[in-house]
Amino acid sequence: MRARRFLSGGWLSVYAFLYVVFLYLPVIFLPIFSINTAPTPKFPLTGFTLQWYADLPHTPALLDAAWNSLKVGVSASVLATVLGILAARSITRYRYPGRRTINGLIMAPLVLPEVIVAISMLLVMLQLGLSLSLFTVVLGHVLVCIPYSMTVLTSGFEGFDRSLEEASADLGESAFGTFRRVTLPMVAPAIISSLLVCFTISLDEFIIAFFLTGTEATLPIYIWGQLRFASKLPGVLALGTLLLVASFLLMTIAEILRRRAARRTQNEGGLYA
Amino acid sequence: MTAAVEGSPPLRMTRARRNALLQSEPVQGFALISPTFLYALILLVLPILVVIAHSFWTQHYLTIDRTFTLENYRVALTEPIYRDLLWRSLYISLTVSLLTVILAYPIAYFISFHGGRHKSLWLFLITIPFWTSYLLRVMSWKVILGYNGVLNSGLMGLGIIDEPSTALLYNSSAVIITLTHAWAAFAILPIFVSLEKVDRTLVEAATDLGDGPLRSFLRVTLPLSAPGVISAALIVMIPTVGDYVTPKLVGGKDGVMIANAIQAQFGKAANWPLGAALSVTTMLIVTLMAGATVLIIRALQRLAR
Repeated sequence: MRARRFLSGGWLSVYAFLYVVFLYLPVIFLPIFSINTAPTPKFPLTGFTLQWYADLPHTPALLDAAWNSLKVGVSASVLATVLGILAARSITRYRYPGRRTINGLIMAPLVLPEVIVAISMLLVMLQLGLSLSLFTVVLGHVLVCIPYSMTVLTSGFEGFDRSLEEASADLGESAFGTFRRVTLPMVAPAIISSLLVCFTISLDEFIIAFFLTGTEATLPIYIWGQLRFASKLPGVLALGTLLLVASFLLMTIAEILRRRAARRTQNEGGLYA
Repeated sequence: MTAAVEGSPPLRMTRARRNALLQSEPVQGFALISPTFLYALILLVLPILVVIAHSFWTQHYLTIDRTFTLENYRVALTEPIYRDLLWRSLYISLTVSLLTVILAYPIAYFISFHGGRHKSLWLFLITIPFWTSYLLRVMSWKVILGYNGVLNSGLMGLGIIDEPSTALLYNSSAVIITLTHAWAAFAILPIFVSLEKVDRTLVEAATDLGDGPLRSFLRVTLPLSAPGVISAALIVMIPTVGDYVTPKLVGGKDGVMIANAIQAQFGKAANWPLGAALSVTTMLIVTLMAGATVLIIRALQRLAR
C-alpha cells in the first residue's frame, strides 16, 4: 500500500486542481468579457453592462443564423439518432461476421481530420449536382453525430435484459405493446440523451458547416464571419457565452439521462467511461 | 419480429427452430445495421474514394482532365511550401499528442486510483468544457494571447512587462497551446479506461514482493495502461494534423498548417486535384506516424516489463 500513498500524495490532487483550472480558465474569459463595458477584452475590467446582450436580438443576420442552426440541429439529431438506434441495437444484440468492421467504419468520422471528411463530402455533393444548402450541412452533421449517438445508445442498450421483453410477450402483450410498455421506457433516456448530444454537436460544429453550406449561415459560421471585425467582438463574446451555456445545459441533462439509462440496464460506461 | 422470438433461446425451444434462428440472426443483425452502414458508405467511403481519384487527375480551369497523373503528388511532396506545411503539421500534431498524453496521464491516474466515489463526477467535470464549441474555445485563446489580450494586459497590470508582447499570438507555439487545451479530455478518457482495467492486486503484489512505489508503477501500472496511452496518442494525433480553425485563428503566418492549404485549393486557388493529393498525402503520412507511435509504445511496454 506504500505505492498508493506515494502516488496519491498531496501533489496529485494539487495537479488535478490546476489541471481543471487550465481546462476551465480560457472558457471563462468569454462570459467575463461579455459583460464588460470595454469593447476590447483586456484587463483591468471597466464596468458591468448587459448592452452586448441587449444588442443581439436586433441583429437580423444573427437571428437567421440561430434559426438555421435550430433547423439543422433538430434534423441532424433526429436522423443521427434514428440511424444510431438501428446500429446500436444491431451491434448490442446480434452476432454476425463483419460486425466489428462495420462498427469501425461507422465510428471512423470520430478520428478522421474533419477538414478531409468535409472536403470529400463537398466533392461528392458537387459531383452529384446537389446544390449546397442547409440540407447538405445536415447530411454532413448526421455523419459526424452517428458515432456519438452510437456511444450513448450502446451504453443504454447493452445489458438490456431481454427476458423482460420475453416475459411481456409470454404474458400476452402484443409486439407493439411490448415495445411501447417495456422496451421504450427502458431505452427512452438513452434516446433522449443521444438527441441532446447530437443537437449540441450540430449546434457547435463549424468545419463541416463551413464547407457544405451555400449562402445560409449557422451560428458558428456567423461567429466566424464576425471575427474579422474587431468592433464586433463584444457581440460575439455575448453570443458565444449564450452558446456555451446552452451546450453546458444540454450536455448536463444528457449525462443525467444517460446515467439513468445505464442504471436501469445495470450498465456503466458510455461517453465518459 | 417480436423481441421475444429472437431472444436467447429458452430451454423449451426445439432444435430445428433454434437452428433456423441461428441462421437468421446474422441476417437480421445485418439488416438492422444496413441503413447506418450504407449512410457511412455513401457519405464517407465513397467521398474518400472520390478524393483519391481526383488526386490522380488534373484541373484545367473549370474542367477536370481524367488522365492518370502523379504530378499532383510530385507538387505536394517537393514544392517547398507544401513540404514545409506538411512537416509543420506533423511536428505540431506530434508535439500536441505528446503533451496531451503526458499532461493527461496523471489526471487519469488520479481519477482511476483516487477518484473514489466521485469518479464519474470528476470525468464529467473534465469533459464538460469539451462539449462547448471548438470554435469558441479557440477564440478564447485568441482573446487570452492577443496583443491587447488578457495575458498581456494582465502582465502589464502586474508590472511584469512594460509593453504588450507580440510573441504570444500568431506563431506555432500558440497553435500548440490551443490544440493541447482543446484535446485534453480526449486523451484522458482512453487512459482512464485502461487504468480502470489494471488489476489492483497486481500492483499490491509488486509492492509486497519488494518493488518500491515508483518501480511498481513503472513496471506494472504503466505497461498495463499502454493500450490507453496508444489510443490517446492516436485520437489526438490524427485529427490535429488536419486542424483548420486553430492555425487560422491563432497561427498567423508562422502557424499555417496543411489543412489551410487544402482549403485554399478547394476555395480560392480552385485546384481540386492538388487539394485532393494534399489530403491523401496527409492521411498517408499521419497513418505512418500513427503506426510508428503504436510500435514505439509497444516496444517501450516490453522493455518496461
